[in-house]
Amino acid sequence: MSEVKDIVLQYVIDEYLEQDSDQEITFDTKLISGGIVDSFSMVSLKVFLETRYKIQIPDAKATPDAFDSVNNIVKLLEEFGIQ
Amino acid sequence: MSNIGSYEEQLKNFNWRSVEQELDHQTGKVLNIGYYCSDRICQNGKADKLALIWEDFSGEFKKYTFNEMRILTNTIANYLKNLGIKPGDRICLFMDKIPELYFGFLGILKMGGIAQPLFSAFGGESLFTRLEDAGTAAIITQKKHLGKVRQILENLPHLKHILVVDDDGSKPLRDKELAFFMEKETPIEKFEIYPSTAETPSVLHYTSGTTGKPKGAQHVHYSLIAQYISAKYVLDLQENDIYWCTADPGWVTGTSYGIIGPWANGITQCVLDSGFTAERWYKFIQDRKITVWYSAPTAIRALMKEGEAPIKKYNLSSLRHLCSVGEPLNAEAVLWSKNVYGLTFHDSFWQTETGSIMISNYPGMKIKPGSMGKPFPGITATVVDLKTHEPLKKTGVVGLIAIKPGWPSMFRTYWNNERTYKSKFINGWYICGDRASLDEEGYFWFVGRDDDVINTGGHLVGPFEVESALLEHEAVAESAVVGKPDPINMEVVKAFIALKPNFEPTDMTKLEIMNFIRKRLSPLAMPQEIEFVDSLPKTRSGKIMRRLLRAKEWGEEIGDTSTLEND
Repeated sequence: MSEVKDIVLQYVIDEYLEQDSDQEITFDTKLISGGIVDSFSMVSLKVFLETRYKIQIPDAKATPDAFDSVNNIVKLLEEFGIQ
Repeated sequence: MSNIGSYEEQLKNFNWRSVEQELDHQTGKVLNIGYYCSDRICQNGKADKLALIWEDFSGEFKKYTFNEMRILTNTIANYLKNLGIKPGDRICLFMDKIPELYFGFLGILKMGGIAQPLFSAFGGESLFTRLEDAGTAAIITQKKHLGKVRQILENLPHLKHILVVDDDGSKPLRDKELAFFMEKETPIEKFEIYPSTAETPSVLHYTSGTTGKPKGAQHVHYSLIAQYISAKYVLDLQENDIYWCTADPGWVTGTSYGIIGPWANGITQCVLDSGFTAERWYKFIQDRKITVWYSAPTAIRALMKEGEAPIKKYNLSSLRHLCSVGEPLNAEAVLWSKNVYGLTFHDSFWQTETGSIMISNYPGMKIKPGSMGKPFPGITATVVDLKTHEPLKKTGVVGLIAIKPGWPSMFRTYWNNERTYKSKFINGWYICGDRASLDEEGYFWFVGRDDDVINTGGHLVGPFEVESALLEHEAVAESAVVGKPDPINMEVVKAFIALKPNFEPTDMTKLEIMNFIRKRLSPLAMPQEIEFVDSLPKTRSGKIMRRLLRAKEWGEEIGDTSTLEND
């Protein structure tokens, strides 16, 4: 589990933080409501998860709440058997 | 009783002169939006009234009275003036929705500058294009966005000052960069406001077109007249209202109705600097006791998607009037809002170029769900023939929305692009570029754009800008970008891409390209879907036929293909 968590966290840091940003992101940092990942960018995060873990996340499950932290994303992935 | 009273009566009696009188403005005399939104409200006895309640995603908040706002906007104006920035200089605001953005906007106007707000999610290339075109002299930004400014700085010789509003000293600032703390500067009680008049340039908002670079729609201080009265009549803002406009001031709704309209009316407004989640928004409405809410169809449909469960957790009984703008609000969403909030969203139509609401549904007027409503009093709007541009005599026929020029908030030019500006006026009408029809009762019904511009989540994305950026990706040989129907955003960007040899059409390639555009242009411009193709449909002269690809996405007739290559 920790590996998945770390991979998702690192991806968010690499892709969604502004260059030179010294903002710290933890597993609980609010990604959507905190304005780090907006609703449009959420699509690329979803594509990353689907590509990386070879799953299809239905739109109904790809809600802002489900993507609002790395911990929430990990819970979502668990539903697809990703641990 | 609503401010507008009877819409039909207003139509008969309305004139812009009476609005000028209501604002004590005399033709030819000084008119400065910064003054009208702060000093004048204080002079009218509301100095201690709350102007802004700002809250971030975590619940941290700040409150400012009109007098505090007056002094802070003076302070910013004075600082800019002392830097040597001159009236008429363009000053970019590149920030999240923090108080400095709102007060910076008014401060710029007070010292005679032209405010150039830009969406803070723009990537380096989008930022560069707009700063270069405007010859921007200064930019006010946050530390988190400084990296994007630094990337492009060396190619922007006009950019002399970079003000960082939250520099904590952890990393040294560079040449041209200044730490500016709005609330730590010596407060300026009295500032000699620049004596702008009605036609003095005020705001430069960039908007996307089908071809070429984004265009800077230039507005003037006289826009205040229309923004003030439309906020009063359409948003129905009244003395005790607590108002929330969800738009970002990087876009025109966020300045016309997130700054100028409400504050010229002396209204308390709230700002939530947070990303979207249904629960966060409902909590904000509950905690701040929002009474008037102006949002966008995309957000409303996203709330619909979340269903009624989150609504039931919060007390939303403070709400009394709901409005919407950005793209057409579908009938289903109008009916849903009536069902779940007990209130109907009043849809409105206008553009960056129009500066204020042109067509709307008004308090007390019969709402036809799915219709844009009727023209604002003082606005002459019609639907003209697609080819002749003459007003259509029959109802129910699709044509182009056209407005008779001369309303106060009409844009006065496109920056550096007078020719394109003039091309928007045909047969004595301003042609909006949107298709609609009129019904027997004079209601407008939106049909769609008349060009290739993509309206995604209420924001316009130019396909040419995305295609140009795509070509800079090492794997892309050629591309065509079109709007694809989307249940939440109305349209999203879809890219058809032919890859260069030796690049594989894999999901990872798609993801790389998506992220490339997101960072270079903006999340809005990022293709939400990419389809790899062997080649793109072209005319015999080699021009890509976006029309064919768009028709396929929308399930429409392909139309004339006689010029198609290899047809």
